[in-house]
Amino acid sequence: MGVEHYLVLSAMLFVVGAYGVIVRKNLIIVLMCLELMLNSANLAFVAFARALGDMTGHVFMIMSITVAAAEVAVGLALLVSIYSHRESLDIDLLKLLKG
Amino acid sequence: MIVWIILFPLIGAAINGLLFTSGLYKKYGGDEHTEHSASGIIASGAVLLSAILSTYYFIQLLSMDASQRQIIQELFVWIPSGDFTVSFEFMFDSLSSIMALVITWIGFLIHIYSTGYMHHDKGYAKYFTYLNIFVFFMLILVLGNNFPLMFVGWEGVGLASFLLIGFWYQDNEKAYAGRKAFIVNRIGDFGFILGIFLIFYIFDSVNYQEVFGKALDPTYMEAVPAAVITTIGLLLFVGAVGKSAQFPLYVWLPDAMAGPTPVSALIHAATMVTAGAYMMARCNVFYSQSPTAQMIVVSIAAFTAILAASIALTQNDIKKVLAYSTVSQLGYMFMAIGVGAYAAGLFHLVTHAFFKALLFLGSGSVIHAMSDEQDIRKMGGLRKKIPITAITFLIGTFAIAGLPFLSGFFSKDEILAALYDRGYMFHWIVALITVVLTALYMLRLYLLTFEGKSRVPESIKRYVHESPYSMTIPLMVLAVLSILGGYVGVPDFMGKAIGIEHSNYFEHYVSASIYLDTAVEYGHHFFGHWALAGFSVGCAALGMFIAFYLYYIKPSSSENVAKEFGPLYKASYNKWYVDELYDYIFVKPFAYISGVFSKFDLGFIDGAVNGVAAVLKDTALTLQTVQTGVIRNYAMLMAVGAAVILTIVILYQGF
Repeated sequence: MGVEHYLVLSAMLFVVGAYGVIVRKNLIIVLMCLELMLNSANLAFVAFARALGDMTGHVFMIMSITVAAAEVAVGLALLVSIYSHRESLDIDLLKLLKG
Repeated sequence: MIVWIILFPLIGAAINGLLFTSGLYKKYGGDEHTEHSASGIIASGAVLLSAILSTYYFIQLLSMDASQRQIIQELFVWIPSGDFTVSFEFMFDSLSSIMALVITWIGFLIHIYSTGYMHHDKGYAKYFTYLNIFVFFMLILVLGNNFPLMFVGWEGVGLASFLLIGFWYQDNEKAYAGRKAFIVNRIGDFGFILGIFLIFYIFDSVNYQEVFGKALDPTYMEAVPAAVITTIGLLLFVGAVGKSAQFPLYVWLPDAMAGPTPVSALIHAATMVTAGAYMMARCNVFYSQSPTAQMIVVSIAAFTAILAASIALTQNDIKKVLAYSTVSQLGYMFMAIGVGAYAAGLFHLVTHAFFKALLFLGSGSVIHAMSDEQDIRKMGGLRKKIPITAITFLIGTFAIAGLPFLSGFFSKDEILAALYDRGYMFHWIVALITVVLTALYMLRLYLLTFEGKSRVPESIKRYVHESPYSMTIPLMVLAVLSILGGYVGVPDFMGKAIGIEHSNYFEHYVSASIYLDTAVEYGHHFFGHWALAGFSVGCAALGMFIAFYLYYIKPSSSENVAKEFGPLYKASYNKWYVDELYDYIFVKPFAYISGVFSKFDLGFIDGAVNGVAAVLKDTALTLQTVQTGVIRNYAMLMAVGAAVILTIVILYQGF
């Protein structure tokens, strides 16, 4: 298996994630789709690292997983807070930033 | 410390301004009555202190040797600029001492008079603040030792006159008169400052001693073309024309009668309008060296004198007659200065200050008695009701008409003799006709106001009363000065007749500041000095006789005369339509041009600016709809954007 296969898989995962972010209304699902996109990128990093024999890709992957973990902690806290205020997780209802 | 002469009025203005006019005094529980008496005393006291101090220094000057009569005090360097410096310094010499005495003493009398005249006015403290500011600036003008300092005073009195003429600013017409005085003066000031620039350019200095020193130095003057000196003289004269109300810029002065009457007396008789005459006497060295400038000055002055006198003949407002009379008398002063008889011009300035202040204050007393009525057609027979005013007014009338042995006789005779001596025959005759007119309109004014049958409306008649002592005492003092003031300058030939050599003390005193004597004795004269004096007395007597006949013996005949000279009478009554002419030549075209430009401004310039703003606003409103606040839209836009950028990068970089 060459690096292309991994990259194709990574692209498919990314598109699925992006589609989910754009289309779904439930905030939790949106966050999950975001995770999917991040992980598709991680997959690409690791695939390149192995193919090139360079550790940089691994370092970037661990970095992004760490950041994503922290981000999800904050994101979930916001989500809980939003739910307690609005009693809904429909992102189409959250339009306070309208111009 | 001559600077204190100037500082006292400034301190007075500061106290009155900060304490009373600002309302601080009332805020901390002061009542109006004490405020009034205090502000009057402070203002008058400040000017009195200046007057005493200038008298003290005047006596010091007298004790000095004639060639060294000069006290200079430098305060600090005002404009240091490389080699060129202007100092803030003041000079008390024979010329400025005379002016300082006139300004402070007459100013003091007018202040005292004002305490009575303005007694019922709401803006009492404000009035005295302005009055002190005026005296302060006038003293700077007179005592400054360089041209920029004179200009400071010059502009300052312009400002003060604007404030005082428009003192009753609630009345539109009076506020308008203040504005007119200010604007017309600006035109003159423009000429004056150009003159100062030219002096600086030619002489590389603005200090009197240096400029006049160089101008008197024949080797320095060799390099300066005569036309330049003429130009300097004429530019300075333009300034004097504005301030001293000569043709064609005299139109502000009659309108300036809108201010309180003591203001008219102070500004328009004794001080500000004489600033031009003072300035030209100060710069005598330029005029003495330029026959062309002299010719122009004398001609304009003579024309002004007779024009203003002819207008004064038919005016019915007591103050307007005096205003035109002032314009006419200033013409005499400028005639004297124009022919190089500077001492005679200044002498007339001094005596005129006495009797014109007296006449103005007298008219104020009449107006006061008549409950603010100024139309002489509604007066008559007032002598019995207000005798002090009437007698002092009559003395002023005789003095200005030039009856023998009163102050105006000596000074006017000096001027007429100077015109004749220096060969200005035509101007001399014009001046003599003006003497007739002066006597005529002044006696007409007196007779219509104080003599004959009373034409006072019944509603006012009961209230006619003599003014309080605060007003009549200054009148009496000025009346005495109008009688005796001329004896400091009795012409030498008259002095000789009674055995006194050099009886013209005034001329000998002033001549220390006059650098070049242009008194050229012309070959032979038809008339001697006595004959000349006889002519002027005869002319005055003729004018008085005509007035006496028309307005006293046969009062009805004056109307016949008016009918006889119908168009002339009407033209004179309407001031020869000069104001209308200005309106037609200057005001209307300017208004039209302004209208065109305002359309251009509103349509094109404002349109361009507003158009840009409108375009931006519309764009912003359109773009605003993109901001939906829906997270999914933003996410999609981001994704699409990223895809587009990626595509472009791949296509163009050839990955």
